[in-house]
Amino acid sequence: MHATHTLFRVVFPEHLAGISLPALLPYIAIAAIIGFILGIVPGLIWIERVVIALMQDRSGPNRVGPRGLLQTMADGLKLFFKEDIRPRSVDVRIYYLAPVIAMIPALAGGAVLPVTDVLFRRTAAPHDLYTVPFTVGNVNIGLLYILAMSSLQVYGVVLAGWSSNNKYSLLGGLRASAQLISYELAMGLSLLCVVVLAGSLKLDDIVRAQSGMPFGIESLPTVLKGSIFSWYWLGSLGVPVVLYTIAMIAETNRAPFDLPEAESELVAGFHTEYTSMKFAMFFMGEYASMLTVCGLNAAMFWGGSLPPFNIPILNTIPGFVWFLGKIMMGIFFYVWLRATLPRLRYDSLMNLGWKRLLPIGLIWLFLLAGLSLVRETVEPDAQPSTPIARTAPMSLNAAPVPVGAPLADRLNR
Amino acid sequence: MSLPFFWVLALIAVGASIMVVASQNPVRSALYLVTSFLCVAAFYITLSAQFIAAVQVIVYAGAIMVLFLFVIMLLNLSAPQALRETGRLHPIATIGLAVVFISTLVFSQSLAPLSRSLTTSATAESLGTVEAVGLTLFSSKLPWLFPFEITSILLLVAVIGAIIMAKRRVD
Repeated sequence: MHATHTLFRVVFPEHLAGISLPALLPYIAIAAIIGFILGIVPGLIWIERVVIALMQDRSGPNRVGPRGLLQTMADGLKLFFKEDIRPRSVDVRIYYLAPVIAMIPALAGGAVLPVTDVLFRRTAAPHDLYTVPFTVGNVNIGLLYILAMSSLQVYGVVLAGWSSNNKYSLLGGLRASAQLISYELAMGLSLLCVVVLAGSLKLDDIVRAQSGMPFGIESLPTVLKGSIFSWYWLGSLGVPVVLYTIAMIAETNRAPFDLPEAESELVAGFHTEYTSMKFAMFFMGEYASMLTVCGLNAAMFWGGSLPPFNIPILNTIPGFVWFLGKIMMGIFFYVWLRATLPRLRYDSLMNLGWKRLLPIGLIWLFLLAGLSLVRETVEPDAQPSTPIARTAPMSLNAAPVPVGAPLADRLNR
Repeated sequence: MSLPFFWVLALIAVGASIMVVASQNPVRSALYLVTSFLCVAAFYITLSAQFIAAVQVIVYAGAIMVLFLFVIMLLNLSAPQALRETGRLHPIATIGLAVVFISTLVFSQSLAPLSRSLTTSATAESLGTVEAVGLTLFSSKLPWLFPFEITSILLLVAVIGAIIMAKRRVD
């Protein structure tokens, strides 16, 4: 944490009325993250409709409220009061469980996103400042946890497709499971590229590793320290971010990869038989998972809560504003693609996943691993991405093993 | 804190495992198996084995069981009576094997008691992290690197073999 960053930031006392605030942070984070995801979904739907209308040169929602802002509320209310229709031959329990299963992993994935750093003043030593990441659990396996949650997401879709007892729904569910398994590999490989560079699976450490100079060149001007050029979209030489972005769109079943709900072939795919709030839950789950994968994109490739340049004016803006801004850029990108690209054919979807993304990801992983090995043997002192040891009194994960020790050091052990 | 947690999880895990074989419907069986896997992952977390917990969810609950479901749906085993036991000797064999298994567990504990683990909750926290597992697996001082590489080659051979056999059927 550089001095310029701490200069204008809000500092919280460690204890307020005898309560330790850093220990309270995860609980605040639970409420804030779930509340944010559920609360922003109507806004996202509005953004999507307005942006698509702009791109297709039509008016978009403009009846309910100013600029159609309340249209989503009206739609939600309508869905809430609609009759709950259940087809006769569905598998009742799984049919009702599927929307819930679709939504839980999407919400749970947001738990480890490093939204921002909160600055605390130590009660014992008032000049001593330290930061605690604003997440539910700053766990050691943060990235693996998100991957695990995204791999559980397929169940909602598959079970919905199967339990509906409808040919089109079943086809949608099967497509979804094949698609998600295929693109998970490319997604994991592109994220591994960043892990190789950052030397940690903790999302907070990965963001911190992006706060140095671009490519570790110390002679550059300080404006570039932790700037847009030192984030891992460039640090991993450009390719993994493209792979990840393609994979994340496929993982969330959005256009142009929305084959599980292709309306021209499968009626509405896996949610054909779902009405009213059950349908709305699929909808919410889809948007929640969009937010989560965009948050992961922001944290891994786009510097998380870091401002784009190391300028005092930008540094005064709190980190969560940058983080949310980056997520919103991701959402905009989603909408942009939906308005631009036609849906892929099924075989070309599989070709893209297995024959293009997977080999490119593997090659790039080897390349980056080799590069970082060379860099650390050439200059063993240089630690391009050593995360600072944490002192936060957080639960679960006070790992005594030093995070991100240089590779040469590890090999000698 | 962790003891009631353990008992709740244990009840869910055992109940789900029983339902895997008791359920008539293959899809529901698969779902119960997923539940049981998730419980096991939670057990790993309580034992500070974070890495194995994550891998358990990613590999077993997330990938293998999705493939199971995929196959079950493709085959569409809609007739539950096809899954019903018909052999008359099966229940007897089941009970016999269960008795053998349980008595093995009991007697092995009394004849050759396992030494108590040296891991305390203080040291466990540093043993289960990704770094600890990685350093142990890939260290040149410890003997685990060779078995690890051999296992991965074995898996690669299996993958290539599966692709070749699938291709042959198409041609």
